[in-house]
Amino acid sequence: MNSKEFYIESFKTYESKLNGDSKSFLHQLRKDALKQFRETNFPTLRNEEWKYTDISSIVKLNFTPAINSTPERFTKEQINKFLFKDFDCHLLVFVNGIYSEELSLINNLQNGVVVGSLKKLAKENPSVIDSYIGKLSKIDNAFNALNTAYAVDGLVIVVPDGKILEKPIQVLYLNSSSDETMLASPRNLIVVGKNSQASVIANYRGISEKAYLNNSVTEIFIDEDAIINLYKIQNESDEAYHIEKVQATQKKNSVLNHYNITFGGAIVRNDINSVLDGENIETHYYGLYMINGKQHVDNHTFVDHAKPNCMSNELYKGILDDNARGVFNGKIIVRQDAQKTNAYQQNKTILLSKTATIDTKPQLEIFADDVKCSHGATVGHLDDVSEFYIRSRGVPQELAKSMLIRAFANDVIETIKIEPLKEQINHMIFEHLHKVEVGNE
Amino acid sequence: MNEIKENPAEELSEDMKVLDDVTSSEYKWGFVTDIESETAAKGLNEDVVRMISKKKKEPEWMTEWRLKAFRYWLKMEEPKWPNVEYPKIDFQNISYYSAPKQKPQLNSLDEVDPELLKTFEKLGIPLEEQKILSGVAVDAVFDSVSVATTFRETLKEKGVIFCSVSEAVKDYPELIKKYLGSVVPYTDNFYAALNAAVFSDGSFVFIPKGVRCPMELSTYFRINSQETGQFERTLIVAEEGAYVSYLEGCTAPIRDTNQLHAAVVELVVLDNAEIKYSTVQNWYPGDKEGKGGIYNFVTKRGACRGKNSKISWTQVETGSAITWKYPSCILQGENSVGEFYSVAVTNNMQQADTGTKMIHIGKNTRSTIVSKGISAGKSNNSYRGLVRIGKNAEGARNYTQCDSMLMSDRCGAHTFPYIEVENNTAKVEHEATTSKVGEDQIFYLNQRGITSEDAVNMIVNGFCKEVFNNLPMEFAVEAQKLLAISLEGSVG
Repeated sequence: MNSKEFYIESFKTYESKLNGDSKSFLHQLRKDALKQFRETNFPTLRNEEWKYTDISSIVKLNFTPAINSTPERFTKEQINKFLFKDFDCHLLVFVNGIYSEELSLINNLQNGVVVGSLKKLAKENPSVIDSYIGKLSKIDNAFNALNTAYAVDGLVIVVPDGKILEKPIQVLYLNSSSDETMLASPRNLIVVGKNSQASVIANYRGISEKAYLNNSVTEIFIDEDAIINLYKIQNESDEAYHIEKVQATQKKNSVLNHYNITFGGAIVRNDINSVLDGENIETHYYGLYMINGKQHVDNHTFVDHAKPNCMSNELYKGILDDNARGVFNGKIIVRQDAQKTNAYQQNKTILLSKTATIDTKPQLEIFADDVKCSHGATVGHLDDVSEFYIRSRGVPQELAKSMLIRAFANDVIETIKIEPLKEQINHMIFEHLHKVEVGNE
Repeated sequence: MNEIKENPAEELSEDMKVLDDVTSSEYKWGFVTDIESETAAKGLNEDVVRMISKKKKEPEWMTEWRLKAFRYWLKMEEPKWPNVEYPKIDFQNISYYSAPKQKPQLNSLDEVDPELLKTFEKLGIPLEEQKILSGVAVDAVFDSVSVATTFRETLKEKGVIFCSVSEAVKDYPELIKKYLGSVVPYTDNFYAALNAAVFSDGSFVFIPKGVRCPMELSTYFRINSQETGQFERTLIVAEEGAYVSYLEGCTAPIRDTNQLHAAVVELVVLDNAEIKYSTVQNWYPGDKEGKGGIYNFVTKRGACRGKNSKISWTQVETGSAITWKYPSCILQGENSVGEFYSVAVTNNMQQADTGTKMIHIGKNTRSTIVSKGISAGKSNNSYRGLVRIGKNAEGARNYTQCDSMLMSDRCGAHTFPYIEVENNTAKVEHEATTSKVGEDQIFYLNQRGITSEDAVNMIVNGFCKEVFNNLPMEFAVEAQKLLAISLEGSVG
């Protein structure tokens, strides 16, 4: 049985487990998605959007949907080491994409604010989500079809108009599969109303020896004058396959800050799309990928300027070592109406080893004349002159290198607004770098 | 912020009018020369390929090569990836051969058909004058057959071969066998295969070891007969230490049906040699509604085979309904250099998808890409480029700059750069910007007594200067004129 048939077959098992749930609107969505999944094939290298990312190793394996297997149990002590600490936050924990109530900690939410699990809400209060879910992310490939078909659980955040969440929401996606190759399909929904604000930290970790596939879709609705900060930190095992599609839409005067920091995974693919559907919108994409070994990270970003007077800024930086392979594809479209647009995009990559490779494609499509758009891409190795300068001040070579790399990464890190998070990410970079250095000797 | 106008362009409506007037200026060089020509029936099959080969009195091996290409072409599919739109081409509705009625070989200009000479005069390049004034040897290709070759004697002395490909097939079969199809094999792409099967003629240039070609070589292409696809094939070989500068310029008369042009250009450069290839292309772009116009689907590629070799492409593209070409460099030899300078202008309904490929294979290879795209009217202008640094390209270096300028609110400017790096000692930089002609810039020039029209012209010329600087003198002048005609007064 090939993987496609396997997923279609598994759907029956999973349907039988749903009990009364099978009549909900969500299940209708799932069934439609399965129908589309049947009709689509997994992308190949011949597909322009997947030109540089060979996913045959993912397609080769049959990942058991998490819902069909026995859930793994963890204690609070066990998960503690994966968390970002030293700041006050709401905590949600998903194990293989399924919400774990006993590990999560949500308290003192303001009136009307909803933070919780998709599964629970679909059952108890579907009216909060049914007008949003699936409305933004249209199925355009086998992966998001698969996600929608298996969209059992996921993060839901609904912030009503005029509410400001003081505490950030930390979401730990823990993937663990001790005896089976596991498929996690978190389906996330973030809705922020007019004049509201929220910060979300999506923390992806894996502790499994076996391969697993984390295939998520995140939909983000940002209403007028709202501000949202989304930090995605992905630090999974070398066996992890990670695919996420983020689809955001922004109304006028809103601000989206999206951070995408990647340390791990065998194959990581991010699609980050946002539509700027109003005036005076700001969109910032920050990315940092730091990989080694045989890791493969592919970031596709897409900023769609649909209305005038908006601003988008994108900065993606990569540090690649060993046989790692990086892919960056950044697309900016400026529609005919979107006069007075400012759009900037930058992708910088450092190759630390002879065998690391990068394929980058910054892309501009512009249909309006009164705009300022630019993009830049650079690829290189560490600057010998700078290194020499530091060494001439008595700093050993390895440390000089490490200083230069951290300075390079700092352009992205310094913009993080949560101070303790910034520190801990810095620490992760150091750890990672240290490993890199040890590996080199 | 609330003071921002809904449509900032409205303010400029007067300027816009001036621009519209200029942008809508008619194609200056549309006319049909009345010369009896011999045209093959429409359609393409093995017999047609054989017929073309026979007409050109080609040897057996050449016919075989064409047939191989044709058979391969049958198996291929038309590429669909470029960012251009056009109705499907019916390859059976094209006549693949057209030649002015055979005349005896000519030795001097006096023997050339006066009608032909008049055509060139209208184009502003009288052969006689050029001969005397600029010292340029012109191999005039009228439709598909070379009719006049000047300065051949001077070149012969130096050992430079400059003739049509069909002559070269007869006179220098060894060179043709060695180099033809070695850079762009017929298996390369759909249009390269088609070209290999049916190419009518083209230029062959061979610069022997250590020779610096004493003059700039130039060929004028011209599409004349209605509905005749022109399939030119150019091959330039520079041996060790040789140098040549080659100019290619094009104009074509007004036509209603689209004409297909699928040329192939191959350059081969050996140790320490250099080829400079400049193009000014001003074929009929179609009328304001996008009716008619040339489809220009060209494969241009150069191979820097030797150490320290260099290829420099410079192009000014203002014509054609659709331009689709990527002059490329394969940098094999150590320290070899590839350059690409381009200005692409699109107006009305024109579409251009153009750029370059720099394939770095050898050590310390360097490449520079400067591309300027200007779009006006409802046109679409895309830059598509590839920079690939191979595993063994130690110390390779690339600098890419592609700037776009938008002249109306209904046109599009796109960039699709592909950068693939497999060697960490390489340094690759890519920069792209998009802008319009600033109101403040125009105002500044107005203030100094310069009309809006001239101001725009000046700004656009400034924008393209980096590229024009790389054109040979005569071409630079012509290019500026062309730019003025294509765009004069367009404003953002």
